[in-house]
Amino acid sequence: MKKNRLFENIVHGIFLILGLITVGCVLLITVYLIISGIPAIREIGLFNFLFGKEWASTAEDAKYGILPFILTSIYGTAGAILLGVPIGFFTAVFLSKFANKKVRAIIEAAVNLLAGIPSVVYGLVGMIVLVPAIREIFNIPDGASLLAAIIVLAVMILPNIIKVSITALDAVPKEYEDASLALGATPAETYFKVSVPAAKSGIAAAVVLGVGRAIGEAMAVMMVAGNVANMPSLFQSVRFLTTAVASEMAYSSPGSLQRNALFSIALVLFLFIMLINATLNFFLKRDKEK
Amino acid sequence: MPQREILIPKSDLGPNALAKEKKKMKRIVSLITVVTLIVCALTGCGAGKETVATDGSTSMNKVIGALGEAFEAENGITVTYNATGSGAGIQAVQEGRCDIGLSSRDLKDEEKANGLEGTVLAFDGIAIIVNPENPVSDLDVETIAKIYTGEISNWKEVGGNDAEIVLIGREAGSGTRDGFESITDTEDKCKYRQELTSTGDVITTVAGNPAAVGYASLASVKDTVKALKVDGVTPSEETIKDGSYVVQRPFVLVTKKDATLSESASKFFDYITSAEANDIISGAGVVPAN
Repeated sequence: MKKNRLFENIVHGIFLILGLITVGCVLLITVYLIISGIPAIREIGLFNFLFGKEWASTAEDAKYGILPFILTSIYGTAGAILLGVPIGFFTAVFLSKFANKKVRAIIEAAVNLLAGIPSVVYGLVGMIVLVPAIREIFNIPDGASLLAAIIVLAVMILPNIIKVSITALDAVPKEYEDASLALGATPAETYFKVSVPAAKSGIAAAVVLGVGRAIGEAMAVMMVAGNVANMPSLFQSVRFLTTAVASEMAYSSPGSLQRNALFSIALVLFLFIMLINATLNFFLKRDKEK
Repeated sequence: MPQREILIPKSDLGPNALAKEKKKMKRIVSLITVVTLIVCALTGCGAGKETVATDGSTSMNKVIGALGEAFEAENGITVTYNATGSGAGIQAVQEGRCDIGLSSRDLKDEEKANGLEGTVLAFDGIAIIVNPENPVSDLDVETIAKIYTGEISNWKEVGGNDAEIVLIGREAGSGTRDGFESITDTEDKCKYRQELTSTGDVITTVAGNPAAVGYASLASVKDTVKALKVDGVTPSEETIKDGSYVVQRPFVLVTKKDATLSESASKFFDYITSAEANDIISGAGVVPAN
């Protein structure tokens, strides 16, 4: 008995350590971001930082306004959701309810593959195929734009949305659908009026997850968006919160206001992601309580 | 909430268990510290005696790679190279994380004041590149400056096709951008359409857009783009060496003034700044300074 107890304690201890590693990482990152993000905000002023319309970090008269980045991140994510969610949602409904086994297996494999493609590959394809295509189609001087970023992001969030939505739709009890069908509803009516409402928390979680992925993506966006700190407009070269940090970090000199301001941008981005996570938890919790 | 029920009996274990838990925490903390120290020791620069760690400018990849290879073949000392960017390389020397920092711009005064010293290894010509379809092939520095500041916005004004000029540049802080803007005296005035984060991205983008103009290290320019003559001078090793091609910048080796290099590092330093390394340096597409 005593030996057993010791073993239990050891296992308990090991798992505790493993669990603490995750918690430690989160805490470390949070604390580090806050400590290194606050000084620049203080120096620049919160209002000037968040609502300043101009970013010129290396200029003689340096300006650190990140409103263009914030708006670009919001617009870009919203655009990606607007494009990606309908496609992802209907694909999920089709795969979960309408498709036969073979078709579902093939499409699901493709979706999984899409999820596994590294973001730099999305960026590369976007840069070589999408950007010139946008230039030709819309007859503008250059195709690197918010639109290109939105399209790339929409494709990137598809697998997340499809996979999570399918799980939610598959989990709808068969009895609900059977009852609806027995009452004379057609399959399409049943799926859209019974199954989808029953799975709506899961689908909402899928959308939030998509938002999280889209707002946090840097590499692919950096390669197609043009990265100039303009106020967002569909055919303009724009810079996201993520790319603002990524593109200048390597060359900023340590301890300078520029480097600190980049940390502050990261802090803002971090807060955005926290907000999204809270929303996600809200949906998941509501789902469980039901 | 089923989780509550599990939690209750645990707190029944009494103060003894709490003390145990605390002890365990202490042990965990010390374990983490040890692991961190080991990891730091293993990854830190100069772990072995027979290596020279270099860190910095991505543009110096080719030349340092070639020099390192030749040096290793001769002396059996490995040269490592971290392509992090000029700013990061200078920071690495400052913090003692590498032996020699690589910068593709002259040291700033504040960096010199921090006890760093620069030795010019070579000169790199910055080529002004356009799409091969572009009929323009010769511009002077003033015209280039006017193009980049937006004073000239159509190719027909400089004898090209009727197309809006698309300005491709590098991100703020990039050595190439710094070099280009200081040479053409267009600091903070460039109206970029795209700010890309690598030489390769600039070349790919210019190769894909007939109205684009960009700048890149002469060494990395490929056949997919056309390098313009500046003031009638074709960019080449000879014209850079004799100074007639004016768009050029130094490649600088950065060391600490007060600290002496390790034996192997100083051997490497002497080797690459000696005349016998000149062939290798010019083989890498840049012009040796010594």
